[in-house]
Amino acid sequence: MSKILVGLKRVVDYNVRVRVKPDGTGVVTDGVKMSINPFDEIALEEALRIKEKGGAAEVIVVSIGPADTQQQLRTGLAMGADRAILVQTDGAVEPLAAARVFLKLVEKESPQLVILGKQGIDDDNNQTGQMLAALWNRPQATFASKVELDGAKAKVTREVDAGLETIEVDLPAVITSDLRLNEPRYVKLPDIMKAKKKQLDTLAIADLGVDAGAQFKTLQYSPPASRQKGIMVKDVAGLVEALKQKGLM
Amino acid sequence: MARILVVAEHANGKLNPATAKCVACASGIQGAEIDVAVLAADAGAVAKEAAAIQGVKRVLKIENAANAEPLAAILAPQVAAAAANYTHVFGPSTTFGKDLMPRVAALLGVGQLSDIMAVESDYKFRRPVYAGNAVITVEASKDKKLVATVRTASFQPAASGGNASVESANVSAELPTHTRFVTRSAAKTGRPDLQTASRVVSGGRALGSADNFKIIYSLADKLGAAVGASRAAVDAGYAANDLQVGQTGKIIAPELYVAIGISGAIQHLTGIKDARTIVAINKDSEAPIFEVADIGLVGDLFTILPELEKAL
Ligand SMILES: Cc1cc2nc3c(=O)[nH]c(=O)nc-3n(C[C@H](O)[C@H](O)[C@H](O)COP(=O)(O)OP(=O)(O)OC[C@H]3O[C@@H](n4cnc5c(N)ncnc54)[C@H](O)[C@@H]3O)c2cc1C
Ligand SMILES: Nc1ncnc2c1ncn2[C@@H]1O[C@H](COP(=O)(O)O)[C@@H](O)[C@H]1O
Repeated sequence: MSKILVGLKRVVDYNVRVRVKPDGTGVVTDGVKMSINPFDEIALEEALRIKEKGGAAEVIVVSIGPADTQQQLRTGLAMGADRAILVQTDGAVEPLAAARVFLKLVEKESPQLVILGKQGIDDDNNQTGQMLAALWNRPQATFASKVELDGAKAKVTREVDAGLETIEVDLPAVITSDLRLNEPRYVKLPDIMKAKKKQLDTLAIADLGVDAGAQFKTLQYSPPASRQKGIMVKDVAGLVEALKQKGLM
Repeated sequence: MARILVVAEHANGKLNPATAKCVACASGIQGAEIDVAVLAADAGAVAKEAAAIQGVKRVLKIENAANAEPLAAILAPQVAAAAANYTHVFGPSTTFGKDLMPRVAALLGVGQLSDIMAVESDYKFRRPVYAGNAVITVEASKDKKLVATVRTASFQPAASGGNASVESANVSAELPTHTRFVTRSAAKTGRPDLQTASRVVSGGRALGSADNFKIIYSLADKLGAAVGASRAAVDAGYAANDLQVGQTGKIIAPELYVAIGISGAIQHLTGIKDARTIVAINKDSEAPIFEVADIGLVGDLFTILPELEKAL
């Protein structure tokens, strides 16, 4: 029976108000809460549901990141993943390098499906799934809001600018999750205990023979341009008057 | 010298304005030579529109029956083949471009720069990260082809009035059969398009039901505005998914944005940062939306909106 590979990226929690360091070398991450990228939780939830319906035998969660990323992988195991792989590196990993790492693992594990998030909410790149699909020479179904498996095919509904688009892809394939694909389950305490006994393998990125060499260099981080302070109006008449003053009515 | 290929986005025989915005971005690179590629079953009408964008030198028609629908797996090998003689390949940061361009980049063995918001030089750009909470200045390696998407809300479309040559390009690329188009459902509303409208009225969770959401449509119609929504309103089924504004929905830059019953979560705000004037109506005076609003009104939307409609 088949396997599903799921990517779990460790990112600054979505509730944190991210601030740029005064010296412009990055954003403040000291003491900041780190979590699984929200899209990846959705990706994992989808994989688990497919497995629970008999569509897969094993769900493997994969993360590329520093040693601390074990926390996020343990959370993934507690959600229900069967085992975890940490590809350890302390440096930044560009999406192309991440895709190359996933390709190596795909070659090793031969999954039927790889489900990633549509974007990491840290760098907002939205690239890795598409790149993996290209390198693997397999279909991509990005921004998925519905996945229906049918033997060696999948029908995927995608959230696109025009509305909803449905495509059919042959398996194996890469799917990237959009927000409305599902609502991830909460982790229960006993599951956290059980997850401690599950298998978590650690490899170094160099062991996979992937060159993480960077094409892009970030020269500076700046805070976004701030908007001018606005005015408060008391009532509808005040609102209409303010709109008129701005030439909007 | 930079030689830039812009991948056109189009539907139903019409060019998407995002393409002229990509040309505007490309024109920000000094001395750039800009070509536009139109991939379609029949590229004629779209190519003609693209040829009229100022700053475009040549339009390449890449025609194939398989290009009838914009499937990334099928378009990417053709774009990658066409990209051979270019230093830069740009596409819009729409769902079309986000789906396609990383696949093109990987086929070319290079990375991608997402969401260019400003050009500093041929290999130096600015882009937002962390839902727009930070802006980074990025330098790309000069010895690699640069594939990038352009954050359309950051650029005005390049003017029309140009007169580029139109040529048929022969690209040899093997096209996969593993990906097939089934259907697309787009709501036809007769209202302005959210991505390009100069005015947008958006509703949030506070509307409470799809039925109540109608008052948003009604106000929008009075203002000649497009309709938008927060994620909460879309998730709850009050509004269609293509109306979502924000980090993971549409990033827009209208003249006027009216946020009604929307709290102003960071993921929503990142979609409206470039709006000229933001109006917020919310019953909670502490709602974060008021921190970015140019005009704020505290109160119950269900009493304010009928009054406002009457006053218009
Ligand atoms: C990864 C990720 C991506 C996301 N992407 C997006 C995105 O693209 N776009 C997006 O919008 N959100 C996005 N979100 C969700 C976001 O965090 C918020 O949850 C969402 O924007 C809240 O929507 P809302 O403002 O409508 O609802 P709420 O936050 O519940 O706010 C409702 C507001 O209505 C006001 N209100 C209630 N009743 C009335 C009344 N009668 N009259 C006037 N005001 C009233 C309340 O005071 C409140 O401020 C994302 C979240 C995550 C985790
Ligand atoms: N370092 C990483 N570790 C695990 N998964 C990743 C990593 N980088 C990217 N991904 C996966 O790829 C998706 C898209 O990421 P990105 O292209 O960086 O926006 C994420 O949602 C993850 O599923």
